[in-house]
Amino acid sequence: MRALKWTTTGLTLVFLVAPLLVIAIVSVNENRYMDFPPQGLSFEWYWALWTDLGWRSAILTSLTVASLGALVAVAIATPLAYVLRAYRIRLSPLLYALGILPFMLPPVISALGAQVFWNAADHAGRIENVIIAHGIFFSTLPLITISLAMETMDPALPEAAQTLGANPRTTFRTITLPLLVPSMITGYAAAFVLSLNEYIIAFLVAGFSVQTLPIKIFNGIRYGFTPTIASVAVVFIVIAATVFSLFAVFGNLLRFLGADPAILERNDA
Amino acid sequence: MSDRKPTHGTYAVLAVPVTMLVVFFLVPFGIMVASSFYHRVEGGFYTPAFELNSWRRLFTEVFIERAVFSIGISLLAGAVCIAVAFPFTFFLTRMKRRPHVALLVVVMSALSLSEVIVGFTWSVLLGRAAGISNILVWLGVMDEARAYQPGFVAVLLGLCYIAFPYCVLTLYPSLSRLDREVTEAAQTMGASPWRTFWTVVVPISRPIIVAGFLLVFVFTLGSYLISAILGRPEHWTLSVFISDQASFNANVPFAAAMAIFLTVLSLAVVGVVTVVESRTRRLT
Repeated sequence: MRALKWTTTGLTLVFLVAPLLVIAIVSVNENRYMDFPPQGLSFEWYWALWTDLGWRSAILTSLTVASLGALVAVAIATPLAYVLRAYRIRLSPLLYALGILPFMLPPVISALGAQVFWNAADHAGRIENVIIAHGIFFSTLPLITISLAMETMDPALPEAAQTLGANPRTTFRTITLPLLVPSMITGYAAAFVLSLNEYIIAFLVAGFSVQTLPIKIFNGIRYGFTPTIASVAVVFIVIAATVFSLFAVFGNLLRFLGADPAILERNDA
Repeated sequence: MSDRKPTHGTYAVLAVPVTMLVVFFLVPFGIMVASSFYHRVEGGFYTPAFELNSWRRLFTEVFIERAVFSIGISLLAGAVCIAVAFPFTFFLTRMKRRPHVALLVVVMSALSLSEVIVGFTWSVLLGRAAGISNILVWLGVMDEARAYQPGFVAVLLGLCYIAFPYCVLTLYPSLSRLDREVTEAAQTMGASPWRTFWTVVVPISRPIIVAGFLLVFVFTLGSYLISAILGRPEHWTLSVFISDQASFNANVPFAAAMAIFLTVLSLAVVGVVTVVESRTRRLT
């Protein structure tokens, strides 16, 4: 069993990390073409991310789409999660399902739907189409985080505010909303990261005129490799690993992932 | 708090998100359903009509082959992922703080990678220019570098890579809460760790194994870039086929018919997951 434990863990770790290592090596290869063992060390491909206009504009487009798309997602999710959890509404399960549905289905469904919709509206190929499509598709994530926060909120807090004479609007603004902010931020971050990585919706909605980073990378793979693709990948990997390491050190990553709160005390004992 | 009566103001607040979802999700979906009946004009356009041509194409051999391949490789990816992720997650939940957190950070980092980057890294790793075979040649194990992509195994590996972290995260909460006394009791009674794993841990976890398997299935069924990058056209999943028809072949009606087929298929699987989950919740 002990042997199985270390082989399973070891092999899985190699499986997860191996492609990342290879890509890191390719990204610092001096030669324009991939070769192994690498020829010389060079960081010019990282520099090219900023100096090359095509890459820079793809990065900026992606950041625009992700930041505004995640904003749309939170703007849709917050009132929906609040009203469905705070009030007794007959269609509540149905409306919640409507918020979950886009994300449950394969993304190509939302992608094709948005494509025919904007074609019908004669407004194809604009960046705002991508922002809205991402906002709808990823609104499920803040909807889930905010709904969970509503469920775990102490009902005595808004009740106390009302007993003290606050009207519903003041209660919401001064009590409920501040308590929901952490879950809104988590939902925003999740939607932001996934929107940054999303390809098929961005491609079908406006892929020929709005070039996001994943579209640029995919075109790069298809029509001509440059080590810059590898350096983008490395930048993404480093950002992700840093964010989650910080989360593990300063936040409660294990709790966030749903672990039993006492798990580590027991394992360390 | 959930028993407050809604007022007119409540409905006004609710109207905003619901309108957004209806206008930008349900209406597009409706237009897509309608356009599956439209007439396709050669050259990339379509005109409103009512014909069943696109639907009839769903029964041609090419499409059935695509659908069967897509479903088959997703089932296989689900099986492989569970077979590896279940013991991995089980061992992970029994580790001390440092390796425990470190492995979770690796899993979460892999999770946050874009599909396009995963596809690209595997295409390099399995390629002829700077991949595994080059390392083997360099070490003297192999004579000549080989390319393992595009190919079926490459697509399967890529699909497992993108689905594996989600699979681990589905299994993690329940495995971390698995009562230690249960496994300890089995071992006190004389069962070996191996036997305990097979006769106690796996049977207890059956519902979550099913849920994880179906999650991987739906997730990989909708994947696009992995099979587009790592596969030949015969390895394309339905998603690639749909978007290919919608963009390069400019046959939106046929793409729409296939998309509706994929929707029904995914909803059926999600329905099964929901039933399984509610049944296990009743049992516990």
